[in-house]
Amino acid sequence: MFANFDFNVIERSWRYLFFDGMAFTLELTVMAMLGGIIVGTLLALCRLSSFKPVSMLAGGYVNLVRSIPLVLVIFWFYFLVPYIGAWVIGAKEPVKVGAFSSCLITFIMFEACYYCEIMRAGIQSVSRGQVSASYALGLNYWQTMGYVVLPQAFRNMTPVLLTQTVVLFQDVSLVYVLSITDFVGAASKVAQRDGRLVEMYLFVALVYSLLCYALSNLVAKLQKRIAIIR
Amino acid sequence: MNYNWNWKIFWDAHPEGSGTYMSSLVAGLGWTLATALLAWIIALALGSLVGTMRTTPKLWMVRLGNAYVELFRNIPLLVQMFLWFFVMPELLPDRLGDWVKQMPNSPFVTSVICLGFFTSARVAEQVKAGIGSLPRGQTMAGTALGLTLPQTYRYVVLPQAFRIILPPLTSEFLNIIKNSAVALTIGLVELTSRARSMQEFSFQVFEAFTAATIIYIIVNIIVVNLMRLLEKKVAVPGLIAGGSMSAGH
Repeated sequence: MFANFDFNVIERSWRYLFFDGMAFTLELTVMAMLGGIIVGTLLALCRLSSFKPVSMLAGGYVNLVRSIPLVLVIFWFYFLVPYIGAWVIGAKEPVKVGAFSSCLITFIMFEACYYCEIMRAGIQSVSRGQVSASYALGLNYWQTMGYVVLPQAFRNMTPVLLTQTVVLFQDVSLVYVLSITDFVGAASKVAQRDGRLVEMYLFVALVYSLLCYALSNLVAKLQKRIAIIR
Repeated sequence: MNYNWNWKIFWDAHPEGSGTYMSSLVAGLGWTLATALLAWIIALALGSLVGTMRTTPKLWMVRLGNAYVELFRNIPLLVQMFLWFFVMPELLPDRLGDWVKQMPNSPFVTSVICLGFFTSARVAEQVKAGIGSLPRGQTMAGTALGLTLPQTYRYVVLPQAFRIILPPLTSEFLNIIKNSAVALTIGLVELTSRARSMQEFSFQVFEAFTAATIIYIIVNIIVVNLMRLLEKKVAVPGLIAGGSMSAGH
């Protein structure tokens, strides 16, 4: 079946694939995860706020982004970020934003909505007595959240947050629609240059499935280790 | 900021094709829904089968089901699209491969198959979880009454499991609609790709994307409400909150 195929193309291009493509994918994944969890936690706090306008605004944003496809979100931010940038610094012309920063902002703002829902569930899983106790001890809102509620919420939700990160790692491949050289983008450039679509895409699928399989097994192990026995 | 808003653009003629920009978006919505619905049929059928297999006492069935789910969950959807579209025809025998490549509407057929298989792994996960959430006594009582294992699944386990997993299945259905946008990479002219082409021809970026966003939200709201009706209709009185369960999110 594979008689006509030339798997040497992988040997010839693996440096480019991993040092250019995979490096971009991993960098974007890690930074979007960190940014997404921070923004997502803030969004979750807003959603749970007793001040109605704040919770409605945060809830509206999260539900809006969650109901449209990621590809459309990528297009939205790709065109929107230069205008937002101009608005922030007060420039007349839309500012030029590099491919990486544009993607990073997109993925932070997109994944934040999913991390927000996870953190909201995590915060709600902490019993009310904890909050009452810390208020009784004289802590204010930020101290209660920072020292009592969020550490417990993070601990409960770490496996789910990491599972969402594996999803994010796969989602990053969609920057392909902006012709950016992530792992899939790099592979598809080589594939089209050398006319080796079959070999390259099979290789990409293999790499992704090995990585994601290893990552989700790690998450499962971690889940067993950090589970709190109640 | 100097962006020229022009909301009348939707009634201008689309340079490609016959109608206006609006009619092109509506046609895109048609492709999105057709792809999602057909793929959903595949996903539901395969997913139920694989999910059920993973709960049977037969070890080889469980292993096969697990391998299936791992395979489709660990490869990004975009890469799966490319595999079905570019790689599959090459691996088939020559004549069959040529026939597949010359097939009219091949992006549509490919994306239906791809989305169907991709989502079936997620449906299988839900079905397995639904069956797992039933008390063990249900299966035991079924077999104690003299039902065979397939009969137990057909008449006792699955009807209850499907009622339990209706809310997560609703989110999976919403996901399949959203995921169909990935098919624009293999040339399916669905809603997002129509919005993108409108942006390229008219330079009215934000009008085009706003329209697509609003259409997606309307579809979302309709699906969520229809599923709520369905949940009420199939709810067993006195069981599993009697149909008052909220959908998704």
